[in-house]
Amino acid sequence: MQMSLLIDASKCTGCVQCELACSLENEGIFNPSKSRIRIFTFHHEGRFVPYTCTQCADAWCMQACPVDAIAYDAATGAKIILDAACVGCKVCTIACPFGTVNYNSDTGKVIKCDLCGGDPECVKACPTDAITYVDADQTGYERMRAWAVKTDAGSTATV
Amino acid sequence: MSWTGKILRVNLTKGTCNAEALNQEWAQDYLGQRGLATKYLVEEVDAKIDALAPENKLIMATGPLTGTMASTGGRYSVITKSPLTHCVACSNSGGFIGAEIKNAGWDMIIFEGKSPKPVYLYVVNDKAELLPADDIWGTSVWHSDEWLHKRHQDPMLRIAAVGRSAEVGCLYAAIVNDLHRAAGRSGVGTVMASKNLKAVAVRGSKGIGNIKDPARFMDAVNAGKKVLANNAVTSQGLPTYGTQVLMNVINEMGALPANNMQDVQFEGAQNVSGEAMHEPRKSDGKPNLTTNAGCFGCTIACGRISTIDKGHFSVEHKPEYWGNSGGLEYEAAWALGPDTGIDDIDALTYANFLCNEDGFDPISFGSTLAAAMELFEMGVITTKDTGGMELKFGSAEALVWAVEKMTTGEGFGKDLGLGSKRLCEKYGHPELSMTVKGQEFPAYDPRGIQGMGLAYATSNRGACHLRGYTVASEVLGIPEKTDPLVTEGKAGLVKAFQDATAAVDSSGLCLFTTFAWSLEDIAPQVDAACEGDWSAERMAEAGERIWNMERDFNLRAGLTGADDTLPKRLLKDAARTGPAKGRVNDLDKMLPEYYEQRGWSNDGIPTAATRQRLGLA
Repeated sequence: MQMSLLIDASKCTGCVQCELACSLENEGIFNPSKSRIRIFTFHHEGRFVPYTCTQCADAWCMQACPVDAIAYDAATGAKIILDAACVGCKVCTIACPFGTVNYNSDTGKVIKCDLCGGDPECVKACPTDAITYVDADQTGYERMRAWAVKTDAGSTATV
Repeated sequence: MSWTGKILRVNLTKGTCNAEALNQEWAQDYLGQRGLATKYLVEEVDAKIDALAPENKLIMATGPLTGTMASTGGRYSVITKSPLTHCVACSNSGGFIGAEIKNAGWDMIIFEGKSPKPVYLYVVNDKAELLPADDIWGTSVWHSDEWLHKRHQDPMLRIAAVGRSAEVGCLYAAIVNDLHRAAGRSGVGTVMASKNLKAVAVRGSKGIGNIKDPARFMDAVNAGKKVLANNAVTSQGLPTYGTQVLMNVINEMGALPANNMQDVQFEGAQNVSGEAMHEPRKSDGKPNLTTNAGCFGCTIACGRISTIDKGHFSVEHKPEYWGNSGGLEYEAAWALGPDTGIDDIDALTYANFLCNEDGFDPISFGSTLAAAMELFEMGVITTKDTGGMELKFGSAEALVWAVEKMTTGEGFGKDLGLGSKRLCEKYGHPELSMTVKGQEFPAYDPRGIQGMGLAYATSNRGACHLRGYTVASEVLGIPEKTDPLVTEGKAGLVKAFQDATAAVDSSGLCLFTTFAWSLEDIAPQVDAACEGDWSAERMAEAGERIWNMERDFNLRAGLTGADDTLPKRLLKDAARTGPAKGRVNDLDKMLPEYYEQRGWSNDGIPTAATRQRLGLA
């Protein structure tokens, strides 16, 4: 079963534990600026929004890479950077419509979310379950349940 | 080791920024942040100097766990000599700038001297420079924040700044970071402005990678997070209601000071409580509270993000205040509300916004306003002094008027900026100032919570709840319940809380973790991150060393044991209602025992044996 990150921004407190966990897993140090997942604060609206790669099925970054340095991980569905092949041309950072592939000037390679090989650290670090890891084909399940519970017994839905 | 090992020394007189090595030997005795920066202060600054003279220094210090994944590991402190108390000032703040300073590669920044012109410090990792602040001098913290982000075209810049109140000499001005977190107490912002330093803007991308034992550290961090997640206060009470969870609790036990501490209960408390912040308002159906918020790395997230009712008289013609910003925390809500007799939650939230926007301590401001209101009702302060405003207890109009005067220090705002002690002296009634060592009380009446009287009287920065929070034991039963109306055993309790707090404040962690954590939970995290064997016992000993070092500084500054006291009102005028009815604070029953337990002489001076035991010269 393929899994997917599911982000519920309404639960996020902006604590950046996910950024710390991500940078620790991928860079070996605590460094939010090197995190593959980022928290955005919309101060005047009182909102915090975690944002990261959605692992597009037909990924722009993968299509754009001229040296085949972005590969499909069949086990997780993640698009992963092959550091040995990446030449740091940054074309993928331009191709990604969501901005979730970024250049790391310390290494001369690009970085993006690889779902930690199927055990995402951000999910484990999040104290409020704003980030969960769920069946990729059922990401709407909990939201459906939230509506379902509001439905009166015996009522019929009009579709 | 989790220290970066580097200090940034900024000489404002000369305009220089230099890196130097952190004194690792001192770090072994004083850990970091509060303890270590205070060590630098006492070594480099003569305690007798005028706090607003160029000879004073101002230190922004992180702890060894700041910037790590330890829950709440984002704290930083500002250490200097206080213009309000003449004592050591140490104000702690969350938000994000502490971790950013650390991520830029610095354990602390020491500011010395005075710049000939307004400047701000701009730090990007190793590079630090002083830049002209002429364009933002005379403007608010919020404006400065916006200007700096635009000027450097960097949305990720973290900023701490002083507002106009600090520039015009308000003695309890704060340093506000990330728009609504503050090193709030004792006038640290006043010192910063006196040096012509408007702001510190930092961007750090180096990260923190020098943890001593990373695997053991993460085990300790995860164990600590689990304890916070399983504790009712840190996993439910604080996220849901913030510190405002206390408003109704403290009122019911008769320890909520009201009307400049004339009373110990307030009728309108529930209208300004944490629960009230959740109630939908009539105008737009939205509650005051939009969401809770976490500081850097915090898995508790007690922060309040709030709005003011757009139809409220304070903001109906000011759309710039219709958005969200930092909402009411308990101490601010109390000072702006019950202590002034005001139960209008929108007026309180507006006042709180302005305290953040122009950088002044809401506790000292509210308490000073309360004293002014009492003087007004006595006829000592009149409408001649206020330009026509009726400064009556319970008047939301008076609060809104006063807080607006404070931002620029115009008219009566100048008097309010003096703080309660100097304002009451000016008007000939020093006895009406509810202060210790010149600093205003927070929100716990020591007639109803006896141990807090001793904690206030002996606090090294004047009246303060964050130096020894015996409320935890006396009200909440943490770590064990003691009777709030009893004085027996409180000397030892206060000492234990003071020492543990000094250690926590030196680690980079937030004191609020101690609703769930003891030093037994914290020490393994520090020990795995830092060189040296850090047990709970060693941390408590470091805390005691720090406490005595602060005490020594204050004694050298000219304070004596006679300053370890409370206003007469709390020692002579009995509580009129509630469970503590008929009680005063029995400080005299606790203080001698406290001195003895501290290893101090009868007049409150650390003995030679105590100094030797703690390794203090």
